[in-house]
Amino acid sequence: MRNKNTHSLRARIGREKVSYLMMAPYFILFTMFTVLPVLISIFFSFTYFDMHSMPQFIGWGNYAKLILEDDLFVTALRNTLILAVVTGPVSYLLCVLFAWIINEFRGFTRALLTLVFYAPSISGQAYLIWSLILTGDRYGFLNGTLMQFGFIQEAILWMQTEKYVLPVLIVVQLWLSLGTGFLAFIAGLQTVDKTLYEAAAIDGVSNRWQELWFITLPAIRPQLMFGAIMQITQSFAIADVSLYLAGNPSVNNSGATIVTHLLDYGGIRFEMGSASAIATVLFIMMVGTNKLVQKGLRRIGE
Amino acid sequence: MAGATLKNKHYVLDPKGRPIRIKASKHSKLNRSRAGNMLLFILMAICGLFMILPIVMIVNNALKPPDELFQFPPRLFVRNPTLENFSDLFVLMGDTWVPFSRYIFNTVIITGGGVVGHVLCASLAAYPLAKRKFPGSKLLFSVVVLSMMFSWTVTQIPNYMIISMLGINNTYLALILPAWSFGIGLYLMKQFMEQIPDSIIESARIDGASEFKVFWRIIMPNVKPAWLTLAIFQFQVLWGNTGGMFLRSEELKPMQYAMGQIMAGGAARAGASAAVAFIIAAIPITFFLVCQSSIFETMTTSGLKE
Repeated sequence: MRNKNTHSLRARIGREKVSYLMMAPYFILFTMFTVLPVLISIFFSFTYFDMHSMPQFIGWGNYAKLILEDDLFVTALRNTLILAVVTGPVSYLLCVLFAWIINEFRGFTRALLTLVFYAPSISGQAYLIWSLILTGDRYGFLNGTLMQFGFIQEAILWMQTEKYVLPVLIVVQLWLSLGTGFLAFIAGLQTVDKTLYEAAAIDGVSNRWQELWFITLPAIRPQLMFGAIMQITQSFAIADVSLYLAGNPSVNNSGATIVTHLLDYGGIRFEMGSASAIATVLFIMMVGTNKLVQKGLRRIGE
Repeated sequence: MAGATLKNKHYVLDPKGRPIRIKASKHSKLNRSRAGNMLLFILMAICGLFMILPIVMIVNNALKPPDELFQFPPRLFVRNPTLENFSDLFVLMGDTWVPFSRYIFNTVIITGGGVVGHVLCASLAAYPLAKRKFPGSKLLFSVVVLSMMFSWTVTQIPNYMIISMLGINNTYLALILPAWSFGIGLYLMKQFMEQIPDSIIESARIDGASEFKVFWRIIMPNVKPAWLTLAIFQFQVLWGNTGGMFLRSEELKPMQYAMGQIMAGGAARAGASAAVAFIIAAIPITFFLVCQSSIFETMTTSGLKE
């Protein structure tokens, strides 16, 4: 048997055959149900397509319209950037922080704690509790509490007042932070070799913060990268919170985001060309951000 | 020798083929100050109270009699708990278009098939990408990662066209097959598999294990936290699916759809709706707790070692 010789050409070809065989089921389905639809959508972005007649090619028309004529797109872009810049990094750090704290607990307590923090992501009716809290009359939980302690004299119409909309959306989005990335970090922390900590203690790591920076975070770097992508896709695509709490259209479009705008085009006006153009712009923004973030993540533990 | 030791997951082989026991030592409580522990505990308690609110609300609503559900101003906690809402719901369930058990059956097929298939497909594809560098591997991986950033909303239309062309519209496959190829699974599994030391895989290969055997006996047990987590994500997505535009026949629709119909009944069904909300949340939560506790059971002490 010569299969120990991993560098012989025949062995390499043989191995790659296995690789391709193992990947085949996934990538065949992936091409059909993801790659093709994405390519078709990008093609639609260069057409006028109302979902009834055939798409007509109009070149950069949809993109030009977004930038030159569509004032709402500029508002939506601005709101999305504010939401993404604030909630993205903060949510991400919260995921790391809470996953790390929960990692200190043992057994079923830990599963239960994980559930407590993941509750907003799994309970299905997360926004409902916020509409009770934010009700604009004096019986809303927030107004009631603030009035009781004398911070405000009159009930505030939280979701109907332009200046409160974005801040409230940010708070609710942060409350929803602990989702996919959080669970991935929790799972990642499970696979860290515990002897690393013993070795580190001998090497002079003297508190939990040093341990976090020099041992734990580098050990879960692959999960951190995964979490970053999930965070980027979530932060740039914020829409549900706004649709549910601020409504669509929201007061003076104060809660409009790129994705609510996209849904407007796609679901209400049936302009799939414009909707696809927005999706493509959003995609490019996310890809760019991801490049920067991944670069940053490589520097952890230095 | 190797075959026997491979079957026992508590052993791995070192580069020379000798079995090493994975040490099950207690997690070291090094570098922990008491003040720090207290601080963290208080922080956790305060945040936890806010995070658990939606579950508290769902449980309380499900137990509220109608007069409390419509009480103004609304109260979070129930005063006179009753199971009336659930008995109302069971009456409604007996009165659906097709027998309610059919909806449950559909949900089991779609969710079960989607979760198991996705975990298998994605893990199988992730292994070569993580552990074998071959021409095209980087490209394939970045295509998957990039695809996750394209808005799902606009790809729905092309997706519908493709599913119709394949002739699987209005079958379970229209929901299950796309679910097998979601980007998230491949990415998550690949990230975890990358961390497995090459020496473990290499020694298994030297002992004559086929690649599929390496995958099944070495890789998958070592990334158990990853696929249990993936199962949770996928379960949530498929559980929440109402069948939408892909399943038109009533006898193919999942439970989520039937539950939605009950909730759409408005004020007259407020009680039953509250019970529905409870069940819709309770099942994924149960699944979550089962998965999370088995992550912790198996991996509490081992971790990945060279």
